Amino acid sequence: MASDLDTTPVIATRREEATGFFQRMVSKGLGWARKNSLWQYPYVTACCGMEYMSVSSARYDIARFGAEVPRFSPRQADLLLVVGTINCKQAPILKRVYEQMSEPKWVIAFGVCASSGGFYDNYATMQGIDRVIPVDVYIPGCPPRPEQVLDGLMLLQRKIQDQQHKLIDRAQVPTLAQGGGERR
Amino acid sequence: MATDSHGMGGRDPQATPGSFGAGEPARPFEGQHHARGYEGALDAPLKGRQMVVNLGPSHPAMHGVTRAVVALEGETIVEMKLDIGFLHRGFEKSCENVTWGQCFPYTDRLNYVSSILNNVGFALVVEKLCKMEVPLRARYLRVLTGELHRICDHLTLVAAMGLELGAMTVFLYGIEARDLIWDRLTEICGARLTSNYVRVGGVSRDCPDDWPAKVEQTLARVAELRETIDKLLTRNRIFMDRTRGTGVISREDALDFGFTGPCLRASGEPYDIRKAAPYLVYDQLDFDVPVGKNGDNFDRYLMRMEEMRQSDRIVRQCLRQMEPGDIVVQDFRYVLPPKPQVYGTIEGLMAHFKLVMEGIKVPAGEAYSYTEAANGELGFYAVSDGGGRAYKLGLRAPGWPMVAALPHMTKGALLADLVPTYDSINMIGGEVEQ
Repeated sequence: MASDLDTTPVIATRREEATGFFQRMVSKGLGWARKNSLWQYPYVTACCGMEYMSVSSARYDIARFGAEVPRFSPRQADLLLVVGTINCKQAPILKRVYEQMSEPKWVIAFGVCASSGGFYDNYATMQGIDRVIPVDVYIPGCPPRPEQVLDGLMLLQRKIQDQQHKLIDRAQVPTLAQGGGERR
Repeated sequence: MATDSHGMGGRDPQATPGSFGAGEPARPFEGQHHARGYEGALDAPLKGRQMVVNLGPSHPAMHGVTRAVVALEGETIVEMKLDIGFLHRGFEKSCENVTWGQCFPYTDRLNYVSSILNNVGFALVVEKLCKMEVPLRARYLRVLTGELHRICDHLTLVAAMGLELGAMTVFLYGIEARDLIWDRLTEICGARLTSNYVRVGGVSRDCPDDWPAKVEQTLARVAELRETIDKLLTRNRIFMDRTRGTGVISREDALDFGFTGPCLRASGEPYDIRKAAPYLVYDQLDFDVPVGKNGDNFDRYLMRMEEMRQSDRIVRQCLRQMEPGDIVVQDFRYVLPPKPQVYGTIEGLMAHFKLVMEGIKVPAGEAYSYTEAANGELGFYAVSDGGGRAYKLGLRAPGWPMVAALPHMTKGALLADLVPTYDSINMIGGEVEQ
């Protein structure tokens, strides 16, 4: 995904060019810093939690990607890892936790239950967390192998690097409650 | 009551008269904690307002899914209520919509730490209905892989308990040992933790030729790691202070609540289904049942450590006693025929088609099978109407009585003691909330 700043207008004054260049550099630097220091909030509910334990332990060692710090307060985290089945009773809490996280924030759906409901196609289970919160990377598997999880994490890192980052963002960030992303 | 006004519901009008649910005061019992008395009036804390703290549902100490509403007087738990159902995913109903054979993946995800033990429990109830005799080698393979998974389950508990009491190293050792066992299980069934290995009438695959030798190597390494964990925790002053005398439940109360498995044995009752009503080949194996005496968190931890050693013995005996032979019954009403027969003969093709499309025709009737899973008695109650699907399936989750007893076990204890207690009863969301 190309950054928005890469498409500068053809006619630009020197001042604008200089600002654009500076902003691009800042954006790249921020992207590099953010992708290598993801603080995760593990929203662990079910079986995938066992694989999450393996991913964060010595053999697979998520620390190699700078994402080894689990924070159990949404205010301190910028990566929401939804690990396991989310059912209808759990969904409002997941949404609340997501809204409590401060910007910028990313979401990984860990496992097939979080991605699409998996084979729990019944009255109790929500058919994928993207019905309540936006998702950046989906990791399939029931549960996914740790290698697959690390691949998903690297995918997210590439995505973060390519996004546009600003030092100060004055624009109002639309929340789901106002933005109409809510499912009826 | 303090927690009544916080969205937890009130009294149940249909509860049995005289029970706790009907509003009667809880029966006092021996193991209950009492807040320590103070020597003088100056030492006593100031009288404060009662505070209600909400633990969970997304809280690291609540293992992800349970919500505990705790009324606190200072740091002492006055009352606690548990709100479960955050991982209810409709196990029983889902199983009624698929064929008998397709239920196995659902049973994998009940207690996802020891899935083969669940597979075995479910296979036994179907085989009971079909009155089927399983080949000897299949029975040995079931016991062998099941006990490997029991080691995994206990390792996870000990590792998580260490982690939550501040011993991160223990967690890393425990997970390393568990990964080694999962490597062996991957070689035999293709999956790391949701194995789907057992079938009605046997098991899905035979073990590779060099597998037994590799299992023995793995067990040796796991034993090394286990002893390291033992050295790090069992005589550790902090760990002992946190776990001894906390979360106590006496033998009588444990029996009243319906405890089974390691939690019951930690309270001094030597009841193990593998000994009391042997199934598969447990009557031909030599192993001991460890029994505790205090019924506190420390004893429950020790039970797990000792059971891992016993499972180790069982696996080694299985490897020695196992002889080559069939791994499934040779009856195509229950088991898929081998591929050459499916492609080469019309009978094989028909049997395959019928099994895949309609499922196993289990004779009409009802049966209950109970096995010793890692946390206690795992019961499956199945009703069949003779069609290809379960008419009704019921589950007796091993962790359920322990979770139900938690408010009683922690009454009067400190809030910090709730964490090791919650760990040592090993509540697994998948099976308790189904």
